[in-house]
Amino acid sequence: MDEAISRVVMPKWGLSMTTGKITTWLVSEGEEVADGDELAEVETDKIAGSLESNQPGLLRKVVAEAGTDVPVGATVALLAPAEVPDEEVQRAAEQAREELAAGEVAEVSGPETGSVEVDGRRIAHASLGAGDETIVLVHGYGGDKNSWLFVQEPLSERAAVHAVDLPGHGESTKDVGDGSLATLAGAVLGFLREKGIERAHLVGHSLGGAVVVEAAAQDPGRVASLTLLAPAGFGSGVNAEYLRGFAAAGSRRELRPHLKALFADPDQATRQLADDLMGFKRIDGVPEALNTLVGTLLDGDVQRLDVTGALGGVDVPVAVVWGREDAVLPVGNAAALGDRAVSYVDGAGHMVHMEQPTPVVEAVRGQLK
Amino acid sequence: MARAISYREAINEALAAEMARDESVIVMGEDNAGGAGGPGEDDAWGGVMGVTSGLYHRFPGRVLDTPLSESAFVGAAIGAATRGMRPVAELMFIDFLGVCFDQIFNQAAKFRYMFGGKAITPVTIRTMYGAGLNAAAQHSQALYPIFTHVPGLKVVLPSSPYEAKGLITQSIRDDDPVIFCEHKAMYESSGEVPEDSYTIPFGEANIVRDGEDVTIVALGRMVRVAEQAARELATGGIQAEVIDPRTTSPLDTETILESVESTGRLVLVDEASPRCNLATDISALVAKEAFGSLRAPVEMVTPPHTPVPFSDSLEGLYLPDEQRVVNAAKSVVEWER
Repeated sequence: MDEAISRVVMPKWGLSMTTGKITTWLVSEGEEVADGDELAEVETDKIAGSLESNQPGLLRKVVAEAGTDVPVGATVALLAPAEVPDEEVQRAAEQAREELAAGEVAEVSGPETGSVEVDGRRIAHASLGAGDETIVLVHGYGGDKNSWLFVQEPLSERAAVHAVDLPGHGESTKDVGDGSLATLAGAVLGFLREKGIERAHLVGHSLGGAVVVEAAAQDPGRVASLTLLAPAGFGSGVNAEYLRGFAAAGSRRELRPHLKALFADPDQATRQLADDLMGFKRIDGVPEALNTLVGTLLDGDVQRLDVTGALGGVDVPVAVVWGREDAVLPVGNAAALGDRAVSYVDGAGHMVHMEQPTPVVEAVRGQLK
Repeated sequence: MARAISYREAINEALAAEMARDESVIVMGEDNAGGAGGPGEDDAWGGVMGVTSGLYHRFPGRVLDTPLSESAFVGAAIGAATRGMRPVAELMFIDFLGVCFDQIFNQAAKFRYMFGGKAITPVTIRTMYGAGLNAAAQHSQALYPIFTHVPGLKVVLPSSPYEAKGLITQSIRDDDPVIFCEHKAMYESSGEVPEDSYTIPFGEANIVRDGEDVTIVALGRMVRVAEQAARELATGGIQAEVIDPRTTSPLDTETILESVESTGRLVLVDEASPRCNLATDISALVAKEAFGSLRAPVEMVTPPHTPVPFSDSLEGLYLPDEQRVVNAAKSVVEWER
């Protein structure tokens, strides 16, 4: 194939994704696209997201029409400069279609999973990419390393990106001990130590936001920057009903209504998401861990955590991103950040990194050299 | 970490984990060791299909190799359950249940009710069912509807290694008698299973696949057949929702009814003989509770009302397969008044 022609392939969002369905093309053949432009809407069995271009170029050919299911790694479109003749592009498209029909799609390697031992606990992680700089992603209450599916891949182009499972979550040990912020931050710092990472850009969502602030306060030398997404520990506002409802739900039917609070678009709270979360909640030790962490997060119906002081003592660049329609930790909490700049994201609820990953990716990239 | 293991390994791993977690969990059955009391004890077979393999030495004194007398050891397991143990008895083939009817139906199933809720009977009876291995008419039946018929028993049909581990764990921890039906042709099938212990509650169906055109409810091994059929149907533009009830007693009627209310069409796939099976039971439920939603008659894909044939080719014709499910789904989607 002509080297001037570059392929746009179905991305691998998360460990379990094997195919994706293009639901809508947002760009037509003959249109110029910039690096980071959204090309198409893609639906997986878990979630819908946008396929972004990782380079500027001219969209010459759509290979996978809207409505088709294609395997991860398969070519869905071709970019090429205008001077590449149509016949060349056509030939490349036919080649891509033949490869698809013959099942010869290049393996797209998703994140590699592994674990380290920290204070007697297994801390699991999914790692992708390499580079001089390291980014560590820390999920929120009830989440796990897979919640970064739309963020980890684009960030991995320029850095080594590790998504960790906090104690009590994902594939890490389910015992959370006292469930304190210090314990959780200790797990993140222990992960850095065990992995031999001297300094990392820490990104934390929700509870993970408070955790990375605490980690920076405990060991400032290891932290290059902080990116806080709808962080806990600022202000008092919190949807206590959501937190308790999530912990108490015993079935998909009970859980699903609570999950709608996570997104600006309630359709994102899919049956599959509820099933996956119930699968997690039914692991031995998880209900106890979640209940302990509710105690860490809540004091009655307000937030127990307060990391404003801890953040004040930390001298690293800090970026804050908040979904404007956050129904778990309301945007009003950002007032506790004082003069710090906050980028508010439209069309996003609490799961801002799932609903609108682009501004999150940009905020983290802004922290890199 | 989740990793791919077989249906057999999933059950074995869960049995070991529960034995390690709770001293009252014991295993009883035929051929758990290579001959009770004899020198062959060291060759722990782990039952006829090797499901309990390795437990005999790992948990000394807690894996009991029983004489070939189902009425005796199933009765002993039920008795032990009433006295504080959590026995897991292996009734080699479900076809042999006839010789321990009284212990299961009249004793285990009735204690909680007849003692005013003061007695519990936390016994799990693991048993193999199903055709596909040319094991002939006395070793191939899918008799789970008979247990489903009896109030007081819980009846479980794991359709994958993931369900097998979570459901056997729940069965052992459950305070009621559970009949755990393993399909003998599934032991080698493999799937992703978390290493940690977990439970899957009884009475919550799994929606294996979402779809809006037709609901396919399938049980046990037939879930995999229905899934393949749904993939085939999707290539022709028919989106089938596949539901695995996971337990026939209790039955998650709500999930089935909700699905039929949205699709308006129902296909049932049941490996049990066609009279008084789960297909007829669920069909009656839907006819009564969701009649107004139905846009076509209910289709049932089952074997014929005959003993299971021994002949390989006849057994193949006997069992519901992907093509029959596809045809049934197409017929209800294309049905016109």
